[in-house]
Parts: sequence; structure tokens; C-alpha cells
Amino acid sequence: MDELVQGFTQAIQLIFSFDPALYEIIFLSLRVSGTALALSVVIGVPVGAALGLSRLRLRGLVTALLYTGMGLPPVVVGLFVYLMLSRSGPFGGLSWLFSPTAMVVAQVIIAFPLVAGLTMTTVQGVDPALRLQVRSLGATRWQETWAVLREARIGVIAAIVAAFGSIISEVGAVMLVGGNIDGKTRVLTTAIVLNTRTGEFVLALALGVILLMLAFIANVAMLQLQRRAGD
Amino acid sequence: MNAIYRLEKLKKEYEQRNIVDIDELEIRAGEILALVGPSGAGKSTLLRLLNFLETPTSGKIVYQDQSVNGYLSIDTRRQVTTVFQRPILLRASVRANVAYGLGLRGKPSDGRIDEMLARVGLEKLMNAPAHKLSGGEMQRVALARALVIDPQVLLLDEPTANLDPYNVGLIEEIVREQNRTRQITIVLVTHNVFQAKRLADRVGLMLGGRLVEVKKTVEFFDAPSDPRTTAFVRGEMVY
Repeated sequence: MDELVQGFTQAIQLIFSFDPALYEIIFLSLRVSGTALALSVVIGVPVGAALGLSRLRLRGLVTALLYTGMGLPPVVVGLFVYLMLSRSGPFGGLSWLFSPTAMVVAQVIIAFPLVAGLTMTTVQGVDPALRLQVRSLGATRWQETWAVLREARIGVIAAIVAAFGSIISEVGAVMLVGGNIDGKTRVLTTAIVLNTRTGEFVLALALGVILLMLAFIANVAMLQLQRRAGD
Repeated sequence: MNAIYRLEKLKKEYEQRNIVDIDELEIRAGEILALVGPSGAGKSTLLRLLNFLETPTSGKIVYQDQSVNGYLSIDTRRQVTTVFQRPILLRASVRANVAYGLGLRGKPSDGRIDEMLARVGLEKLMNAPAHKLSGGEMQRVALARALVIDPQVLLLDEPTANLDPYNVGLIEEIVREQNRTRQITIVLVTHNVFQAKRLADRVGLMLGGRLVEVKKTVEFFDAPSDPRTTAFVRGEMVY
């Protein structure tokens, strides 16, 4: 219990110490997860909407694959990306391994099925009569799709929140493909693992509290958006 | 009056069942045509065909002398709109809902919206969330949204079903007024023969997807040709 209190106190002290090393870790965490989230949204929302609106014969199979992807263990994703980006892998020439780019790739693979799958589900939940109504008012196919997405926006925001939560807190994949290199690929989660292993429990806890705070702030912002969308 | 629609041997089938099977029908520009009949008679499906939301299984729909079975330009499609029995409103304000169709056409949301909101008696609720309105208010939003885009044809699918007498009266008054002042062609589907009698220039009876007869309103009620029409207007057919 004492360690928890100390961890919390140290987290506050660390935040206000403006230690450049700490802020570098925080900013890298946000940059990697933010970029991965943005890419997942840009790809995942249209894919989810298209699947939700289409009557493809293979939709059942695609849905099953997406749902499986939603439960992918991050460490398996990390291993897969590691093999792809290692020197002997098909994308070894890119020299992305042990770089933030590799971490972004791994996190996109984790976040994409969540964004696409939950968007698909929420789009399927929109009243089918809405499509008929907007078409009757003169909507083109694109305008119709946009109208459905707008109606599903609360669910889409929930999908983004879920995806952000899963990648900002994941450690297995970024550890494998980033390597936890000080000043280069160290993020909050990998720093927590390192400090725990070296017995720096209070520091590890403090970083954990900072991570929780970041997740909390991001979720409050998303909830505000969701509330505004619901009015 | 010129025909705005001509239907020729029009059929719509679902799972090998004839939902609509009309040999011939002309809908005249500027008229109010009411289609009455029991549930499952194919009236709503016919409206969807007239709004180009479905394609016929066979036969032809000619709209403004243009066959619509093939490609139809978006401009032509936008001349026709429907108010459905259950108003489907967007999760947005009343004003945004009424402005929706204009936005699709890239037209500015000018004074027409305020004017239309005032006409349907919702000017004080223009900023209210549309999904929190009563059923009657929602249907008035749907009607305002359809009228503000200045359609040539307005299709009404049971627009006053389940509404209170005040809302029924108001909606009927607006429909009549818009037809007379703007010469909008209106096809009204209703279970309510009294509403058909109050509003329509001509009335048609549909049964099992077929059009039994179409006559001027007075003749339809006072001198129907078909015994099934006589029975229907007497309320002998239970549905």
C-alpha cells in the first residue's frame, strides 16, 4: 500500500520536475500510439462502414477474421512484425526494426481490427430505413454512407476509444519490435517493465500512474465528443 | 393534365410472389392521387418504385417521358421524395434535419427553412434535438424536410397513421395547400378512406398488388365500377 502512495506521489513530482527524459518517453508514447490510432481510423472506419453496408457473400468470413483480429495477443503481433521487418524478412530492407515506425506498424495491426470491427457492428445497428429515407431525399451513394456513419458516430467514437486504450497500454508488441532503446524507442509501458525488472518499483508505479492519467485524459476528451454527438 | 408518370405492365416480385402487378396507370402532373387498400396490398412498394428506390422486376415506369428502368440522373431522382409512415430523422437539430436535403444539393439553407418551419408550427423548436420530439412533431419535421427541397412529386406513405387529430388536420392542410400553390404532384397511400376523400382528386384501390380501379374521388365513393371497391368503401373488408 505504501508503495502505491509513494508511486502516486512520485508520479506527481515527476510530472512537475519537467525531466526531459520522462517527457521524451511520454511524447514518444503519444506519438507512436497517436499515429497508429490515426492510421487505424483512416483505414478502419471506411472498411468497417463498407462491410457494415455491403451484402457481400464473404462478409461472414471477413467478420470472423476481424473479430479474431480484435483478440490478437500483442506479443504475437510483435513477433509477426519482427519477422517481417528483420533483416531476413520480406521488409527487412526498410530498416524499420527497433524504430518508432516499427512500433506504429505493430500498433496499427492491433488497433485496425478493433476500429473496423466495432465500426462495422455500429453501422449495422443503424436503422436500415434511414438509408432509404436519405436516398429518397436525394443522397448519392457517398452521401448515404456518410449519413449512416454520422448516425453511427457514438459507436464509432467508442471504437476509437477502445482502440486507443488497447494500444497505449500494450507492451508485448512494442517491446519486441521497438527494443526499448533508451532515447529512441522507450515508451511508458516498456519503461514500466524495465523499472519493475530492475526493482525500481516506485518509479515503475509512478510511470504507471502517468500512463493511467494520459489514458484518462484521452478518454474524457473522447467522451465529451461522444456526448456532444449524442445531443 | 399531362401524365407525370406512366406505368406499363409493372411488376415487382419478392421471392416469386407478386407484390405489385399493375397493367397500366397514369399519374397526372399536379394531382393528388390517393391509393387505398388493406395492408399487404403493395401500396408502399409502389411508392418505393415511384421514388426510384427499387427497380421493377418487369414492365416499365415512365417519368416525365423518360423510362426510368435504366440509368436515371441524380437531378431527375431528386425531383421526387417520400415522407414515410415512421419519420426517420437524423440525430441532429430540427433545423439541421429540415436543411438536410438542401445540403445534399449544395443549396444554401436560406430563409426557406425558417419559412417552412413556421408553416409546420415548429419555429420555436428549430434548435431542439429532433429525436426528442413527439411523434406528430417528428412527422411535421419530415414533411418540412421533404417540402423545402421543392419536389415535383411528393409521395406520402401513411403520413398521419397513429397521429392525433390536431397533427392530422395540420398535415392535411399543408399537403392540400402545397399541392394547390406549388402544383406538386402528390401520391398518398392511406388506410383511411376518409382522408382519401378529403384530400384526393382521384382515388385508386389496390388489392393483392393489383389496381382494382382508379376514379375521380366523387365517383370512386359514389359510383364505383368494381364490387370490391363498393365493399371496401363501406368498410366491409376487414384488415
